[in-house]
Amino acid sequence: MPANRFNGFTDYGVGIGLRIPHYQHIFEQKPVVDWFEIISENYMVEGGRPLHVLDRILEQYRVVQHGVSMYFGSAEPLNREHLRRLKNLVRRTKTPWLTDHLCWGSVDGRYTHDLLPMPYTFEAARLTAEKIRQVQDFVEIPVAVENVSSYAEFHLSEMTEWEFLNEVVEQADCGILLDVNNIYVSSRNHGFNPLEYVNSVPAERVAQIHIAGHSEFKRYTLDTHDHPVIEPVWQLYARAIERCGPTATLLEWDDNIPSFDEVHREALKANRFLHKQEDLLPSFPSTTEPILEEATR
Amino acid sequence: MSGVLVELQKRMAAAVMEPLTRNETTRRIRRDGVAMEREAAAFIKPNDSLSSLERLEIYNRQYWFRLYSSFEDDFPGLQAVLGRRQFERVMRAYLDQCPSISFTLRDLGSRLHAWLTNHKEFTAPKSRLAEDIAGLEWAHIEAYDAATTPPPTPEFFANVTEETVFQLQPSVRLLDLSYPVDDLMIAVRQDAGSNDTSTNNATATRKVSTLRRVANLPPAQIWLAVHRQEFTVYYKRLTPEEYRMLTAIQAGNAFGVAFEAAFANSTMDEADRPAFLQECFHQWAILGWLCEPEIPSHEFARTGELQ
Repeated sequence: MPANRFNGFTDYGVGIGLRIPHYQHIFEQKPVVDWFEIISENYMVEGGRPLHVLDRILEQYRVVQHGVSMYFGSAEPLNREHLRRLKNLVRRTKTPWLTDHLCWGSVDGRYTHDLLPMPYTFEAARLTAEKIRQVQDFVEIPVAVENVSSYAEFHLSEMTEWEFLNEVVEQADCGILLDVNNIYVSSRNHGFNPLEYVNSVPAERVAQIHIAGHSEFKRYTLDTHDHPVIEPVWQLYARAIERCGPTATLLEWDDNIPSFDEVHREALKANRFLHKQEDLLPSFPSTTEPILEEATR
Repeated sequence: MSGVLVELQKRMAAAVMEPLTRNETTRRIRRDGVAMEREAAAFIKPNDSLSSLERLEIYNRQYWFRLYSSFEDDFPGLQAVLGRRQFERVMRAYLDQCPSISFTLRDLGSRLHAWLTNHKEFTAPKSRLAEDIAGLEWAHIEAYDAATTPPPTPEFFANVTEETVFQLQPSVRLLDLSYPVDDLMIAVRQDAGSNDTSTNNATATRKVSTLRRVANLPPAQIWLAVHRQEFTVYYKRLTPEEYRMLTAIQAGNAFGVAFEAAFANSTMDEADRPAFLQECFHQWAILGWLCEPEIPSHEFARTGELQ
């Protein structure tokens, strides 16, 4: 299952996000990293240092592109200039698949630069799926959509978030970038069982998995990507791997970024579940669910 | 197109982009008189912990914190010149009136120079200095990731005439400034590190960059080329003749027209001009500023007025 048509039939292991504070370490130490995820928008430029750095990385590492502003769920049409630049970058990186978020963020040509949650309606699912198909047709590689962390729900919604995700990916015939940290954060904010979410996702469509840390506040949980991954999120990850098989996994760490080695060490903890799946699976139900129940209480 | 979805997204975006209070909280009454609590409740569900408005406030604050952070990273010089309080007023007003219209935050300041020129009330009494430094900072951003065009072939150089049209390297930006802001910028940027422009994480609190104040700068007109060598952006002062000639070349004019432009109103002795021109082209060739135009030069040749 790890290699499927939604990740270009690749078999990537554990990667980390390529971030500026780590450039020097990467170029000097040439650490062994299975793959790097780049934020596409940071390299959708005409030239200069960003592309030079990217080209040096591409000489030695595999790269997967992750976008933050395609806004599949925005009611307005796709931005053609964005698509053109994205495709140029796809040609450069030879990314086997491409990801962006299941969200919206622009209205009337004005960008919020945020990942705003969708109203979970059939109409929104249809429109979103249509736009994902357009992007997929244009870039000519598989596209996987990521579930976002959210802090608000809409009166308009007609289904759960995971039902909406399933509706969209079925209609678009696209992959899923399953972010188990986002599932956990949203479960805390909206009071659902995160295991139910993970169990409901069509496993055969999962192209990649995201893990990350977050911040707990008194009345809500925020997806800050500035901490190590907490145990309940690892347990959701374990369940996802159990269902999907060993899947390309990426640790996101975007704020208060520690040393490269620390970030990489944290990411490699995923190998506990990827490499020792058979040993872990039998004990999973007894160890995981109480932690999750505690966390979502 | 779903009218319901459009309506929801317009309402939510308007609420998210509504400016914060001085205390960085969501306004209770929007500027158009709408009560935010009622507006939020119209489309956002409350939960056991947070009201509809409080849930909206998370997004409202995040929107502004993200923009503030990006703007502060891009314009440390403007902040140094204006000081924290005045810079904040400029930033809030500009971002409110000129919200992002690009998929990348890299372009957030693209309209700042023009906006400052039309809103001197926000920068008085340092309006011209503020415009100069903002112009330089934007030129720096553009030069940093502009395309690189290959240098002309020896054959092209061998056939240069007055009708020849060159193109300037896309990273070259030409500025006519009333203040020597280049030295100031070098001092301010020495401490500045690089940041990724776009990320996908949320921010709990606003991060305020360290303010580096600079002494008042006496005015002095300078002509500047902002350019990139390899992957580093540099500032090179130009003579007025050089500036005028490069500006003419950048506008697509033929050499002959650019020469005339260079020496219009020039006090340079005519006898010194040939050597000056030779030195200029020698320098520009070394710096790689001159490129072949994308379209054959005879189609661009201009013998008359500047474009």
